[in-house]
Amino acid sequence: MSEEKEALFSKNNRALLTDPLSDNNPITVQVLGICSALAITVQLKPAIVMSIAVLFVLVFSNLIVSLLRNMIPSRIRIIVQLLVVASLVILVDQVLKAYAYDVSKELSVFVGLIITNCIIMGRLEAFALANGPWKSVLDGIGNAAGYGFILIVVAFFRELLGSGKLLGYEILGHKGKTIAESTGLYQLGYENNGFMLLSPMALITVGIIIWVHRSKNRKLIEN
Amino acid sequence: MDKNSNAYTFLFAIIMVVIVAAALAFTATSLKPLQAENVRKEKMQSIISTIGVEASRDESAAKFDEFIKQQLSLKPDGTVDETVNAFTLDLAKETKKSNDQQRFPMYVAEKEGKTYYVIPLFGSGLWDAIWGYIALDGDKNTIIGASFDHKGETPGLGADINQSWYEDQYIGKTIFNEKGDFVSVKAIKGGAPLGDKHGVDAISGGTITSDGVNDMVEERLKNYIPYLKNN
Repeated sequence: MSEEKEALFSKNNRALLTDPLSDNNPITVQVLGICSALAITVQLKPAIVMSIAVLFVLVFSNLIVSLLRNMIPSRIRIIVQLLVVASLVILVDQVLKAYAYDVSKELSVFVGLIITNCIIMGRLEAFALANGPWKSVLDGIGNAAGYGFILIVVAFFRELLGSGKLLGYEILGHKGKTIAESTGLYQLGYENNGFMLLSPMALITVGIIIWVHRSKNRKLIEN
Repeated sequence: MDKNSNAYTFLFAIIMVVIVAAALAFTATSLKPLQAENVRKEKMQSIISTIGVEASRDESAAKFDEFIKQQLSLKPDGTVDETVNAFTLDLAKETKKSNDQQRFPMYVAEKEGKTYYVIPLFGSGLWDAIWGYIALDGDKNTIIGASFDHKGETPGLGADINQSWYEDQYIGKTIFNEKGDFVSVKAIKGGAPLGDKHGVDAISGGTITSDGVNDMVEERLKNYIPYLKNN
């Protein structure tokens, strides 16, 4: 095995970090990991925690699989990848239960569902099995950041328009039982859009992001 | 060793599994006390929330001691079994026993000079266990607070039983009718009629969870009738 000596942050390596943010975004370009993007973007906080959890799982599973890539028998490689991802997910779940109990209750089954997040298996199969540990870590950070970025943008709009809050703080004023008891925008007769809280709006929000993304980034448009 | 041979594949799989299992077992065991403490505090928090005391998880132990005056383990005939600690009674295990073998935990709370009775609940929803607490007013009939939780009900549907809009519906309902017969409080599909003293709105799309809550409330509360009638 001969790898050319390359600077830690050479142009190629930087591309691993920045590509998934825009040109090769896992959600808006590859359309992976949509399931969790719908489920946990009602509020900003679970979306942020989910992004961090995915970042952790993706970086370490990429690293571990990359370190083992020359030892893994190819016939059982998918099972080995699953084993690595599943045990990292259990680890995250256990740590959340001990140190961030409320968050772990909020994320409930979705932590377990990180295992089925296509982004993770996709990166392991497509990248970590063929590249060295350092590149794999960068690729993991890049893809998790690309995923998390979209998740947080979607959650931002859904929480703001759906419940008038951000991270639980009442941004648009307080909604009382009557207009007289309300403050801020609610005093002017503004109403929260309950539809934003339902899954279809997550899909539509992601769709709008894809639209904006493609109109800014023309090379993504297929003929 | 040939990487594609069966022997290598087996050996690799075995080593991998042993390492992962050891790592996970170690983490789970070392984090267990912290997790158990969280669960204990949450239990105290849920119990006192039913009598209208809101406490953060860290204050819950102090508030629990302040408001909960007695922790009773009741026998099926309504008398108190002094030998059993009510707080550590595991309802998951108790409900598996026959009714005359069970002990029924109850917390007697005092707040602003009034006495309340908190009854723990345990049953099954659609996917897994559900549990909760119901607090009765001094008349041992009117519900003044309810708190439910679940292990893995469907998010957005059955999982909403732990939301305040669902729990608060139980406030003011009565578990006995005018004649004094036990009727429990039921979640009604399609919505409870206005002014129904024994019904609340069930969750749309969460029918089996709602039914589970109904069964749980009725099955658990009826065991306390001897105590509620005689004391």
